[in-house]
Amino acid sequence: MKINSVKIISLLFFILSAFYLYTAYQIQVFSFDEDAPFNAKTFPIYLGYTGMFFAGLKIVLPDRKPIKVDPTNLEFKKTILLVITIIIYGATILKVGFFLSTSLFLVFSYYFLGERRWKYIIIFSFPFVGIFMYLLHGVLQVYLRDPLLKYIGIMG
Amino acid sequence: MIEGILIGIKTALSFQNLLMVMIGCFAGTIIGMLPGLGPMTAIALMIPITYGFDPATGLILMAGVYYGAVFGGSTSSILINAPGVPGTVATSFDGYPMAQQGKAGKALAIAAYSSFAGGTIAAIFLLIAAPSLSKVSLSFRSPDYFGLMILGLTAVAAFSSKGNFLKAMMMCVFGLMLASVGQDTLSDIPRFTFNTMNLSDGISFVLVVMATFAMSEALTIILKGNDPAKAAKQISLTELGSIKLDKNETKKMVKTIPRSSILGFIVGVLPGAGATIASFLAYGMERNFVDEEEKQKFGKGSVQGLSAPETANNAACSGAFVPLLTLGIPGSGTTAVMLGALLGFGIQPGPRLYETNPEIFWSVIMSMYIGMVVLLILNLPLIPYIARILAVPRTFLIPMILFFSVTGIYLMSFNNFDIFLMIGIAVVATILRLYDFPMPPLILAFVLGGLMEENLRRSLLISDGSWSFLWNRPLTVVIMLVIILIILWQIYSGFIKKKV
Repeated sequence: MKINSVKIISLLFFILSAFYLYTAYQIQVFSFDEDAPFNAKTFPIYLGYTGMFFAGLKIVLPDRKPIKVDPTNLEFKKTILLVITIIIYGATILKVGFFLSTSLFLVFSYYFLGERRWKYIIIFSFPFVGIFMYLLHGVLQVYLRDPLLKYIGIMG
Repeated sequence: MIEGILIGIKTALSFQNLLMVMIGCFAGTIIGMLPGLGPMTAIALMIPITYGFDPATGLILMAGVYYGAVFGGSTSSILINAPGVPGTVATSFDGYPMAQQGKAGKALAIAAYSSFAGGTIAAIFLLIAAPSLSKVSLSFRSPDYFGLMILGLTAVAAFSSKGNFLKAMMMCVFGLMLASVGQDTLSDIPRFTFNTMNLSDGISFVLVVMATFAMSEALTIILKGNDPAKAAKQISLTELGSIKLDKNETKKMVKTIPRSSILGFIVGVLPGAGATIASFLAYGMERNFVDEEEKQKFGKGSVQGLSAPETANNAACSGAFVPLLTLGIPGSGTTAVMLGALLGFGIQPGPRLYETNPEIFWSVIMSMYIGMVVLLILNLPLIPYIARILAVPRTFLIPMILFFSVTGIYLMSFNNFDIFLMIGIAVVATILRLYDFPMPPLILAFVLGGLMEENLRRSLLISDGSWSFLWNRPLTVVIMLVIILIILWQIYSGFIKKKV
């Protein structure tokens, strides 16, 4: 058996299924439901075993078409930077408000991905988010929470 | 039925809904043209926008996006040999050679007319078949539904995952696992919540679909260093030439369209098969129907070779709505996304939809037809201009997709935890995509998870814990036999056939 990335992912899925199965057995059901043909933990228990079964087969059976991914061709730096930017965006959106956090997220993402034309960076961030907010909140009546704009008095 | 059709026409022809079909078709065409971003991403990105709409309008917009994306995929297939969606791969076999011969406009026109005709014929079939099937499906019981859901998952895993059956089945289980998080529907007992309130309501469908499609596709594009806008630039530079067809070409299409429509519709109805298989089958079938002289032209710019897959893939798109609207069981990833959206509106599709929400049932069917007309009248002449819009660099495109994804979740829950969970699932999905683990089975399983458990619960309780419900009714037996056949076929084609 040749070990490759797909086998490692399958092994991780096997472990996840085993953990899921263990957690499924720990689900507390009502005492009168304990011996019922079906209770809250029945389906998850079947799922846990099924997951282990398929992952086990993938680990044991030979790979017909092994996938080769060359890490040197992947842009890890940009991707990680972008993921961190989204995490910061997610962490600030409630406190800072939709308008400012989204606009800043767009500015930083454009920049990290290599955009240097500041005119376009600005147009497609602050005014763009403003128009989007107007369409969503003003026209479509979809509630948008923005403490900052509310504090300034722009949003009701 | 006539009354229902009239309700549907009235709803679909309202100004707002007409506008939605147009916007949907236009937005779908734009996204469908971009290699790497398919109809599921297009629909997922529309979900936050539909929050402010009534269900019929929301669904009409999503249906428009669906056809638009398939049409957009055909355009990039024909003009630059880069299919935007898998369902249009077969289109490139004859469409691209035709474009290289300087007949790009003609090829696009053939694709548009074929799509229109295929979609129209399929919409008529749907009009006839859906109400009758709705009545038949009222006789279905829990074991049959449970069997049908397993069949749907197995078929999607077998047919839509390019030979990665085990990987697809793992994704199905993963989707079901994610669906099981939260309170049990009957007893309200918390499951896999790890004592956090954030998970007690379960994981939202929009979150999973945004994470596994929109966000992870955007991250994959960055990780692999792809630039979808390059394709659009090429399209905008292509000389289209005349879009007029001569008598001989029209005559050839007239023969091809009816048979490809019927095939496409039937394949579309089958769970898991969808537009990709329909288009390949139609291409193969057409090759067998034509005379020897025309057969030689296949692969070199044959009119019938282009018309057949285009007709079939659009007919299959309409066919895929049959199990969704009549049984409440989606047969493909795309219709699974639509089911999730419908559930979000508080509507449960199924045999009763026909009676309880006739305006939704009929307006969706009617809007399909209107969508086809919009694609023909608006999109065909506008292709070069749409392509110019598309030439947005990825430095702008990717952040926009990420912004829409996060906004969708933010609008739904105003909760940081959901955004972090979405990022986590998106990162995992990006890694899985890199190693060819398919995402549509995960979405389908996630959507079906709750229904599957409910039907299994009912079946087991009725049969007092015995699994005999699987063979007590002839219909259930037939469904189970089909599932076994699919699995056996996968074992044969995957392992035995290779060794021989």
